[in-house]
Amino acid sequence: MTDQTSSGSFDWTGPEFTARLNKRKRSQIALKLAGLTAITIAFGMLFLLVASLISTGRHAFTQTFVQIEVFLDPAHIDSDEPNRGNYRQILTDTMVKLFPDVVDDRAELRKLTSMLSNGAQFSIRDSVVADPALIGQTVAVRVPVSDPYDQLNKGLIDRETPEANRRLKDDEIANFDLLKELGMVSKPLNRWLITNADSRFPELAGLKGAIIGSFYALMTCFLLSFPIGIGAAIYLEEFAPKNRVSDLIEININNLAAVPSVVFGLLALAVFLGWFGMPRSAPFVGGMTLALMTLPTIIIATRAALKAVPPSIREAALGVGASKHQVVFGHVLPLAMPGILTGTIIGLAQALGETAPLLLIGMNAFITSAPATPFDSSTALPTQIFIWADSPERGFVSRTSAAILVLLTFLIFMNAIAIFLRNKFERKW
Amino acid sequence: MYDTPASGKTAVTNEVKIAARKVNVFYGDTHAIKDVDVEIEDKTVTAFIGPSGCGKSTFLRCLNRMNDTIDICRVEGLIALDGEDIYAPSIDPVQLRAKVGMVFQKPNPFPKSIYENVAYGPKIHGMARTRAELDEIVERALRRGAIWDEVKDRLQEPGTGLSGGQQQRLCIARAVATEPEVLLMDEPCSALDPIATAQVEELIDELREQYSVVIVTHSMQQAARVSQKTAFFHLGNLVEFGETGQIFTNPHDPRTESYITGRIG
Repeated sequence: MTDQTSSGSFDWTGPEFTARLNKRKRSQIALKLAGLTAITIAFGMLFLLVASLISTGRHAFTQTFVQIEVFLDPAHIDSDEPNRGNYRQILTDTMVKLFPDVVDDRAELRKLTSMLSNGAQFSIRDSVVADPALIGQTVAVRVPVSDPYDQLNKGLIDRETPEANRRLKDDEIANFDLLKELGMVSKPLNRWLITNADSRFPELAGLKGAIIGSFYALMTCFLLSFPIGIGAAIYLEEFAPKNRVSDLIEININNLAAVPSVVFGLLALAVFLGWFGMPRSAPFVGGMTLALMTLPTIIIATRAALKAVPPSIREAALGVGASKHQVVFGHVLPLAMPGILTGTIIGLAQALGETAPLLLIGMNAFITSAPATPFDSSTALPTQIFIWADSPERGFVSRTSAAILVLLTFLIFMNAIAIFLRNKFERKW
Repeated sequence: MYDTPASGKTAVTNEVKIAARKVNVFYGDTHAIKDVDVEIEDKTVTAFIGPSGCGKSTFLRCLNRMNDTIDICRVEGLIALDGEDIYAPSIDPVQLRAKVGMVFQKPNPFPKSIYENVAYGPKIHGMARTRAELDEIVERALRRGAIWDEVKDRLQEPGTGLSGGQQQRLCIARAVATEPEVLLMDEPCSALDPIATAQVEELIDELREQYSVVIVTHSMQQAARVSQKTAFFHLGNLVEFGETGQIFTNPHDPRTESYITGRIG
């Protein structure tokens, strides 16, 4: 360079140089634009995904109810055995009272009672069982309407469609509109989406079983994979001799992290259920399966975190006469903890969304009660989404989206914890 | 150019603390240290000088078996502390390192409180039975590290929050807290500014009263200032070892002369 400038042979202002400069500027701008485009596309996709989920899922967060006066007729309920009363008849009588002119037509009558959810009779039964003194009285109850009427109320059934192609006929719509005019219809928040377990009827179906199942499975997964993964990583990173065997183990762990999750499901099916005869559909077994999958992730994250601890800290501790184990547990591991926790939470978040291995061990069973222990049959959030997505009832369409939103909320929550931990415990040295 | 050391100029021969005989060190196939014989005296500052990569740090790290942590490193020959082979199977390197303390190139306090930094060594070796005893040890060590007055009011603050020179003196305090007999210092001032360097050098001179100090340094002025004995390493060989004054004013070996006059290195 000194040669060029001193001899004056290089022209810093000539057209050739200016052209090169402009070309360089153009390619810089092009790179910037390409990056911006990529980010815009990525955000656009994310926006589309979330927007479509919200636009279909939001309907599942409300539920249409109808307020009715129910006469708990002692003729239909035996006060000694209130749980075996004929509540369906009681509801029919209630509907007849509202629509006095259809008394004799059995088909019309059935149409009327089908306006109420199948769960209505059970919720009335439950309140009577809880308080048998109600028998003989007239009580005001709010019961959910069945799915088609719920859809109608939410505007998801188009009244302009020719009657033959419509789920609800003109007279059914007229009946519902009458109730609506009487001010008996309301559309409050749908608590049941969270507090109910699964059901055949969309208006009653909720995620309680799936959430608890996922919670048990994740706890099992965490309790197994966290200590085992950290133990394995510490041994491999700090104590294992570096030789062919440890190289082989390292390669295998890296490969295991890339194995499709369905393969772990097959393994669990063959080993946990087949050989050891563990219960089918149990969150505990699901958690063990997910632990198989999460282990390599945790081991890799932990090893990376241990490696990132500066050697000066190890030397400092060794220098004052700490033993290897004191160095690792007293200094290296605490410093690596934020990295380990971040890796673990991300591994668990991945496990939370994993569907295939859970399907293979039967966690897609139809179970209408939440599991009381990790050993009871249950579903999990992703498998519940899978089941609902497969169900023909219209109400499950919005519930599927709602369940995905719930799952995404949990995922975002877990990732937020990971970021929080990383920022909180990040040390500077 | 070469300051005459203020003290220890008189050639009083102290007891030999560490004796090395025919020490060879290999990193895999690389022969890093070749047939080094050296005697390090008690209550003396011995400086190791030499160009980069000459093996002075490697040799220093043999003296407290720090090289054990490197898998491919192999040490041959005899290194004796008070006449006892430190590579003998009966010697526990962990205990040895408490007796032969070390201060590193970059200040490396633990990311813990100042108190915890100093108390860690005594704690793991069970040197204090009560909290009061531990407090006493910590105070003594910090005083010896010439940093007590600066930190006595903030012992619970993190050691990493101190300035570079303070951190290095904290590390020295940490090293002396376990009552070592020998203090190894691997370029302790190379990451410090001139003022902090002067403070640490002053401290080294004080430490000589109680310990045998071995210091690796790149700065020949520093070697001349703080040491009584100097060893010159070149390409893994110990070229010359003798009184600091003699090495700097009247070197016997032409390589030593070339190095201290700036022709190699």
